[in-house]
Amino acid sequence: MKAPEFDYVRPDTLEDVFVLLDDETCDARLLAGGQSLIAALNFRLDAPELLIDINRIDGLSGIVEDGDNIRIGALTRHVEVENSQIVARHLPLLSKAIGNVAHAAIRNRGTFGGSLALADPAAEIPACCLAYDAIITASSSSGNRTIRAADFFHGLYETALEDHEIITAVEFKKRAPNDLVAFDEITRRHGDYAMAGLAFSAAAKGKIEDPHIVFFGISDRPIRAVEAEAILEGARLDQPAIAAAASKATEGIELSSDTSASEAMKAHLARTLLNRALTSILEEKP
Amino acid sequence: MTAARMPISLRINGEQVETTVQARTNLVDFLRNEQQLTGTHVGCEHGVCGACTVRVDGRIVRGCLMLAIQANGTTVETIEGQSDSGKLEELQAAFHRHNALQCGFCTPGMLLTAQELLDSDKPITREVIRDQISGNYCRCTGYQAIVDAVEEVAIARRGASL
Repeated sequence: MKAPEFDYVRPDTLEDVFVLLDDETCDARLLAGGQSLIAALNFRLDAPELLIDINRIDGLSGIVEDGDNIRIGALTRHVEVENSQIVARHLPLLSKAIGNVAHAAIRNRGTFGGSLALADPAAEIPACCLAYDAIITASSSSGNRTIRAADFFHGLYETALEDHEIITAVEFKKRAPNDLVAFDEITRRHGDYAMAGLAFSAAAKGKIEDPHIVFFGISDRPIRAVEAEAILEGARLDQPAIAAAASKATEGIELSSDTSASEAMKAHLARTLLNRALTSILEEKP
Repeated sequence: MTAARMPISLRINGEQVETTVQARTNLVDFLRNEQQLTGTHVGCEHGVCGACTVRVDGRIVRGCLMLAIQANGTTVETIEGQSDSGKLEELQAAFHRHNALQCGFCTPGMLLTAQELLDSDKPITREVIRDQISGNYCRCTGYQAIVDAVEEVAIARRGASL
């Protein structure tokens, strides 16, 4: 179908965006990469009065190192993350995940901040941000505030972001080279939204420390498997530990079925993914 | 809200175009219906099928997921421009040789998508080719012949072993 009518503006500065977002009489949407928003408009699932195109605002894009941190601008395209040496070196989970975000033509347009703001429960980038304890910066006319990824995702397409706010950047701590990392997802077609996916990160100092097991596509948001994490914390990675963690993969998680799979199947896929991921790490690091 | 037309200035296949467009018109409809460039096809209109693939500032994009007005100030290249320029000649000949098309509906999008990979410095394997074209549906060929054609061009350009 075709999009309904709307007004369109392309402000040059964030200040101009804030003025537009502060107008409570106008039902506006921010247009970043548009790879989900325009599809939703074409489907007539959404019919805003105004689109605020943020694509030409300076300073919202790019990946920079800042001491122990990596800062990814909200308007950074997926393809830039995919090709970034900084990301490959310091944020290997993101590097592994990014090629699974949709398809080449979509990665050329879609943005890092856009993926977070949409908060699709089956999307890769929100899961990676949760696994890496990312800090999201939301900006508005009243200034900047930071939101931990753990506090950001509230439910199906629901986030901590307020109507008058815009995501401007996401910060990560650089990871140690010997971190344990795994990313995997199950899709019907490469690049499609996952039926179930896993982003895994942990520190390794002889034993597993601070494991983050994040599932996506199985609940109404990216979600940590805290029961399985508790089993791995301080454990040595071996087959019994893997089996114990996998058996608790979805314990305490409220599963959501969708058109691709039932709750029982999602639970099965989650256990399988965790088993596979940990086994692959074990085989890589004898 | 308004159906008013907004001014737009862009380069399409090497020609400067100054015109107006409605905000709600997506890039592929603008190219087909207002610029008579009907080589780019409209399939699913929600970013899944890849039939509407065009190049904007040198990168492939979904023509159905970008508004025409967003292309203001950009350089747009369609299958017509890329084909006329001769840049796709090798790939088109390989598609022909391998029967990598039947109805041809997906072919413009397939060619531009494969071209982006072939022009990159990424290592190319059959698996990489499959990943690259994973966002382009073909309902005729079963993809095997398309992968064969793209692989043949990659080997021709980069040497025997991929």
